[in-house]
Amino acid sequence: MSEQLTRKQFLRRTAAGGAVLTAPGLIAACGGGIKAGTQRAASTPVKRQLASTLTFSNWPLYIDVGKNHSHPSLDQFTKQTGVKVNYIEDINDNQSFFGKIEGPLSRGESVHRDIIVMTDESGLPARMIELGWLEKLYKPAIPNMANLVPAQRHPSWDPNRDYSLPWQSGMTGIGYDPNKVGGELTSVARLLEDPKLKGKVTLLTEFADTIGLVMLANGDDPANITPTTFNRAVSRIKKAVSSGQIRQFTGNDYAPLLAKGDIWACFAWSGDMVQLHADHPGLKWNLPDTGGMIWTDNMLIPLGGNVYTASVYMNFYYQPKIAAEVEDYVNYICPVAGADKVLEKSDPAVAHNPLIFPTPQMYANAHKIDPKAVNNPTYKQEFQNLIGA
Amino acid sequence: MTALAHVGGRRGGRARSLLRPRRSRLAPYLLLAPGLAWLILFFVVPMYYLGQTSLEKGSLEIGYTFSWAWNNYGDAITSYQTQFVRSLEYAGAATLIALLVSYPLAYWIAFRGGRWKNLFLLLVIAPFFVTYLIRTLAWETILADDGPVVGVLRSVHVLGSDGRLLATSAAVIAGITYNFLPFMVLPLYVSLEQIDQRLLDAAHDLYASRVWSFLRVTFPLSLPGVFAGTMLTFIPAAGDFINAQLLGSPDQYMIGNVIQSKFLELTDYPQAAALSFVLMAAIMAAVFVYARLLGTERLTG
Repeated sequence: MSEQLTRKQFLRRTAAGGAVLTAPGLIAACGGGIKAGTQRAASTPVKRQLASTLTFSNWPLYIDVGKNHSHPSLDQFTKQTGVKVNYIEDINDNQSFFGKIEGPLSRGESVHRDIIVMTDESGLPARMIELGWLEKLYKPAIPNMANLVPAQRHPSWDPNRDYSLPWQSGMTGIGYDPNKVGGELTSVARLLEDPKLKGKVTLLTEFADTIGLVMLANGDDPANITPTTFNRAVSRIKKAVSSGQIRQFTGNDYAPLLAKGDIWACFAWSGDMVQLHADHPGLKWNLPDTGGMIWTDNMLIPLGGNVYTASVYMNFYYQPKIAAEVEDYVNYICPVAGADKVLEKSDPAVAHNPLIFPTPQMYANAHKIDPKAVNNPTYKQEFQNLIGA
Repeated sequence: MTALAHVGGRRGGRARSLLRPRRSRLAPYLLLAPGLAWLILFFVVPMYYLGQTSLEKGSLEIGYTFSWAWNNYGDAITSYQTQFVRSLEYAGAATLIALLVSYPLAYWIAFRGGRWKNLFLLLVIAPFFVTYLIRTLAWETILADDGPVVGVLRSVHVLGSDGRLLATSAAVIAGITYNFLPFMVLPLYVSLEQIDQRLLDAAHDLYASRVWSFLRVTFPLSLPGVFAGTMLTFIPAAGDFINAQLLGSPDQYMIGNVIQSKFLELTDYPQAAALSFVLMAAIMAAVFVYARLLGTERLTG
């Protein structure tokens, strides 16, 4: 879906750039704006005063939905605080969204949003911290941060969670049709090399997922990528592509292919599989025996957002009761400890689903990607060449 | 513009033009103004900006600086020659197939459509009521490995027993052809529809056979439609990347896929801009050669 946006965004970017050019003196702002941004991030003291509106950009279908397209959890927030929420579902893809906000942020302008949600494994949140495009959270207003599950507390790109709080997470593993592949499938090696699966396998276009899973299969550590381990993974994938074993690299579009039987096994995201499983109970998802990947969508405050109001909302979301309400609808992995206890009573099926509340063993078997490698231009270029572009 | 001014003056009539000569002289420019402003704002200015970007170097982190970096162009051509050639090939093949499919269709609607003409035209553009992406995804279902199309092709041994269409060039070209078909049909229809029936009657009276009158009367008169249709199909098709991404494998990726990845995945704006300009130049060159071969003067009158 991103692709169509891309073309539009490209035009918008160039058009916006053009419009700016007509006002003299602003040309310089295009080139040199990044440094200005960095300076601004050296934060001004936070005013403990709520804004009248909170503008919240999120991914589609990523929050609870009530009658008449309302979002009950947001309505409760408004009721408690008096802050209206302008909830926008305009993030379909990390890169496209980044392309959209990159222009204003690099000129030191506000993007008129108080909270945005972006994925750590895209490397973009780390990059935005480095560029000085994010505001620090106002932690005194977020005592409920104590409810963050321990596994999520110290990501290497934001070790103290100064800039980010998880919204939801997901795992990357193997999605497959047991009837076609002949039973249980937990081996990445089979996807890459088993001749029985030739031409029936897809991998993901997301760098972190595909490189990460193959590295784990090689016995290498995706959290600490070196040129040697990277090349080992790339050449293994390249071999599988040139032999015709790998059919395509996909985004979410592996789901219909798997459901129709055009592919038999693929790298797949846990949340997609919860949804796919509802219509196609035969399909299965596993973390590979060599380990899977975990990624997290994080709430971030872009430069110019209202820090205090955003922090108060984050605190609100981190109440187990509210997180449980959202979780019951969303079905990805919940970062708020105690939400499963709440759901135990209202919806035990969700509370006991390991794809939504993973077991400690699963967390232990799920790895994070090296954030430096994700932003390394050489690696990125090589991966893009590998997937054909 | 001078021609327009001339016409404007004459149509105003001598008496009126004497009364208000200034207005009639300005009128053509005023009429042009909205279109011109639109083009300047949304075409010329972005082009200038894009051209500037294509000569920059740097990265998002250190900032981009303008430095007449012509090597962006050299790198673009040498690194992505395959994708450039492939884009032109796929677009050419899709345009040709679209022409072969559309001509009989447009002909039939124009000459045999009768009072249902408008309905048939509506059916031609009906797919446009559905978004581009969904239409392309539908082809994933049509060409599915266990679907009817592959089934038939397998049983007549066009495809091997484990052959497939998805993730092959055939699927990508088929997708492009389908998606741009209405752009071919509509101009063809317009030019065929305008043909004066009496010319065909005359050919018949002079003992021309049906085939001969088609070749000597109908087809030459429809050439402007052929020209417009092939342009409208070829140009967007060469820059397309949705079909290659959804219906192809990495071996089918076109230059649009590369530009997209340079722009969004790698945030290498200078290279992306340079690639866009090279693509534009390649398309313009192809169109120029084609126009010379067909003789545009004759077509546009």
